[in-house]
Amino acid sequence: MRRFLLIAVPYLWLVALFLIPFLIVLKISLSDIALARPPYMPQLDLSAGWEGIRSFFAALDFENFRFLTTDDLYWKAYLSSLQIALISTLLTLLVGYPIAYAMARSAPEWRPTLLMLVILPFWTSFLIRVYAWMGILANEGLLNQFLLWLGVINEPLTILNTNTAVYIGIVYTYLPFMILPIYSALERMDDSLLEAAEDLGCSRMSAFWLVTIPLSKNGIIAGCFLVFIPVIGEFVIPSLLGGSGTLMIGKVLWEEFFSNRDWPVASAVAVILLLILVIPIILFQRNEQKQREAEG
Amino acid sequence: MRRFSWFNATALTLGFAFLYVPMIILVVYSFNESKLVTVWAGFSTQWYGELIRNEEFLNAAWVTIKVAVMSSTIATVLGTMAAYVLVRAGRFSGRTLFSGMIYAPLVMPEVITGLSLLLLFIGIGLDRGVLTIVLAHTTFSMCYVSVVVSSRLVSFDQSLEEAALDLGCSPFEAFRLVTLPIIAPAVISGWLLAFTLSLDDLVIASFTTGPSATTLPIKIFSAVRLGVSPEINALSTIMIAIVTVGVITASLVTKQAAVRQARDERMAERPA
Repeated sequence: MRRFLLIAVPYLWLVALFLIPFLIVLKISLSDIALARPPYMPQLDLSAGWEGIRSFFAALDFENFRFLTTDDLYWKAYLSSLQIALISTLLTLLVGYPIAYAMARSAPEWRPTLLMLVILPFWTSFLIRVYAWMGILANEGLLNQFLLWLGVINEPLTILNTNTAVYIGIVYTYLPFMILPIYSALERMDDSLLEAAEDLGCSRMSAFWLVTIPLSKNGIIAGCFLVFIPVIGEFVIPSLLGGSGTLMIGKVLWEEFFSNRDWPVASAVAVILLLILVIPIILFQRNEQKQREAEG
Repeated sequence: MRRFSWFNATALTLGFAFLYVPMIILVVYSFNESKLVTVWAGFSTQWYGELIRNEEFLNAAWVTIKVAVMSSTIATVLGTMAAYVLVRAGRFSGRTLFSGMIYAPLVMPEVITGLSLLLLFIGIGLDRGVLTIVLAHTTFSMCYVSVVVSSRLVSFDQSLEEAALDLGCSPFEAFRLVTLPIIAPAVISGWLLAFTLSLDDLVIASFTTGPSATTLPIKIFSAVRLGVSPEINALSTIMIAIVTVGVITASLVTKQAAVRQARDERMAERPA
């Protein structure tokens, strides 16, 4: 009885507040927009019995999904989200790898402090960390003032409200997710392997490419997925740092829902976003499992 | 000993400068006298004064803290139960679905979670406000709690629990007297994680709230959309200060607890 309750309580909670809501999204994505409350139809009318259920299912169709393929705003937004996620993942890797590497090479007594310094921003409000860049990147912002003062540029650069600002924001906020898995892979690495490679005639550079990088491969893969997957659906960064030209699907979904109040289309956008995410999520979990098996 | 290299020193300096300079600038400019955030006009604490007098922000802060305390507490109970089920309950029908539902919210885009919960609340006719945000936050943060707690449950020696049962404890007593003290640091960090996730959340709260409840992130977001303002800098500084003190204290406390626990477990294994 106790075991049953222990399983049933969290189970039912997740079914009610995680699984069922998805089924509702799926159902509404097949409905039509209506000028009513709630603004979609058909409504399931259980009082009409079987007839009600039959006519309810008969009225569901894939029209919203067809609409998504005809209006090029949507597939452009999906593609541009994937592109932004891909480029910013690579940028985060380029910035994060040297930091993780230097942390793993630092004196052991320093490592807990360095680790703490990487984790600390993660506990600070995401919104505030994005906001911090608005004052820096603005036309009259500190970065432009600094560059003008240095004499590198004569006119302020437009960075805020462009994709460049979005990339900076993503690299900045997601950096800890990249550093931590790479660091934990590099920290476990046996130094004698590097010495062996150098003894056998490798230069330090080629020892790095032939030994260090392959041994940190799992950390790199994990870090890349941890950045890539959430960035695809990102909303805060493109809406605060991006401009009208920044097209990301999280923002499109938000506007479809809050501004256009087209719930069925917003639901269809969500369903397709989920289908896109399923592939990287499965690949990520497979990588994690392989790693666990290799360790255990 | 490892060679000290200029490359590593440069990577660390630039890396941490990149992580911390924007926040330092944010804090410094919260003490700026000028309304323009980018022009330094002298030291002043006036924005903190305006912030304290701003009732909308205070109300929002109060709602946010209420939501965070309630949701993280329920999430810690449910998440610890879920972790126990994942690690200890063995096979039961629907186990795959269960672990899927634990891990899926961790990678789910917030816009989808928010949208789906909102559609549920409207579907069952629940008035949107504090209650619906608490339900939403509990759901995604219980998954984080269960991941943190289950990693501790996996690593701890099950024979301690079995010994308690052999010595006449009921399963619940064994949990309360043996398991809970051992996993307590993980439960506490799970609670803290759930608490900060709730404090932080903009997207899910925006979807699931109604006109009666505005949280701080929603308030900040709508203010920030119009541009940079020194009041928001002051608010950010206060939040950064609280988090910094909290994280450092928590890490010191859990470190001490971990050291003590490792010693206790060793002593239990090897009687003198």
